[in-house]
Amino acid sequence: MAPAPLAAWTDGRIIELDHPTPTTVRLRMHVDDRPRHLPGQHYLIRLRAPDDYTAQRSYSLASDSDDPLLEFLVERQPDGEVSEFLADVAEVGDVLELRGPIGRWFVWDTTTPVLCLVGGTGVVPAVAMARTARRLGRPDLVRVAAVGRGPDDLPYARELEKHGAAFAWTRTEADGRPAGAFTRDELEPLLDGVELAFACGSARFASYAEELLLAAGVDAGAIRVERFGPTGG
Amino acid sequence: MPVTRGFQRRRPEPDRGRLPPGQYDTGSSWPVLTAEATPHQPAEEWQLGVDGLVEAPHTWTWSELHAFEGSTYFGDIHCVTTWSKFDMTFTGISVDDLLAVARPTSEAAFVMAHSVTGYTTNLPLADVTGGKAWIVWSVDGKPLPRQHGGPVRLLVPHLYFWKSAKWVSRLELMAEDRPGFWEQNGYHDRGDPWLEQRYQGD
Repeated sequence: MAPAPLAAWTDGRIIELDHPTPTTVRLRMHVDDRPRHLPGQHYLIRLRAPDDYTAQRSYSLASDSDDPLLEFLVERQPDGEVSEFLADVAEVGDVLELRGPIGRWFVWDTTTPVLCLVGGTGVVPAVAMARTARRLGRPDLVRVAAVGRGPDDLPYARELEKHGAAFAWTRTEADGRPAGAFTRDELEPLLDGVELAFACGSARFASYAEELLLAAGVDAGAIRVERFGPTGG
Repeated sequence: MPVTRGFQRRRPEPDRGRLPPGQYDTGSSWPVLTAEATPHQPAEEWQLGVDGLVEAPHTWTWSELHAFEGSTYFGDIHCVTTWSKFDMTFTGISVDDLLAVARPTSEAAFVMAHSVTGYTTNLPLADVTGGKAWIVWSVDGKPLPRQHGGPVRLLVPHLYFWKSAKWVSRLELMAEDRPGFWEQNGYHDRGDPWLEQRYQGD
């Protein structure tokens, strides 16, 4: 059966906006009559200039589908014409064009036990999965292993800590753990009972994550990857 | 279609003869977009098969493929995630050369490209014949990097780049179209950048 056509462009209004870290902006937006989404899906955000020039990028949702608003966490990219606008110019009340939800691969089906190995703003889909798991009363189904430079640099660090996430700080020593990304020895216990692994982050992070998951014994077919960022070389 | 308050065009007016609608020039960077773990696939162990609705199914090794006359594509590529990259040089062989050996039957009208990872993407046969598609192993004079599909990827540059399957290992000729990996996951069946065929229903 052919998949249903994707929703058309619609208008979304910014209801809340803040900057959780110096390089990120969190947008919470209202859309009339929006379809439900699965955690891990993304939306396109499109900006339109007075001369009708448009620029669009895709951003993962952080919100659970029961949240009345859509939540996005956007990192300001150098010379990023969409992310810089969202981080520096956008205000509460602004109306942006949205299209989604998109993606049926990098999604959690709400029943499979999974591990999210995520880095930097790659935490966003893991946040959506963790929020959904908590709403369903099954927080144990979504295990999160997050890598950041330090607790103040990683968006949603406090929320993920409450969820029971494991952290690896690459620039910060914490509780006797030396600075550095996860090692295989640290990852292996987190994989107990896990049937699917999601890796999300920059191209460089995603390469590290998928190699670590393979080294820890995860089958290549049980790894789903989402890469982003300006370049992979 | 609301104008976005405070948003101005920052990039120069693009050459619309070259940049499809909704795309931007990514310049020197070449983003990596993959949904699965990047495979370790040594070139010497790699094979490419052509089968399905063909008179002579055939499998070639790495060295056998290199016995074909080489063919080069010079031009632009376009990704559905809105970047385009200009002036790329890919070298390999024309898909026409493989099909001349395998000889598609008269019923063959579509192709499913399969990768070693299990990734698939579907194409009308007409989109990979007549000098429009290549099997490539080098880019800008260097071996194709693993994260960009090395040792070998399909190249169909007139369509969005998800059609240019990385780590391609098999071309299956079919009478009827059926959706591949991204096509089952919401993407358009054909993916013409000039018609902006990004998602199902576009």
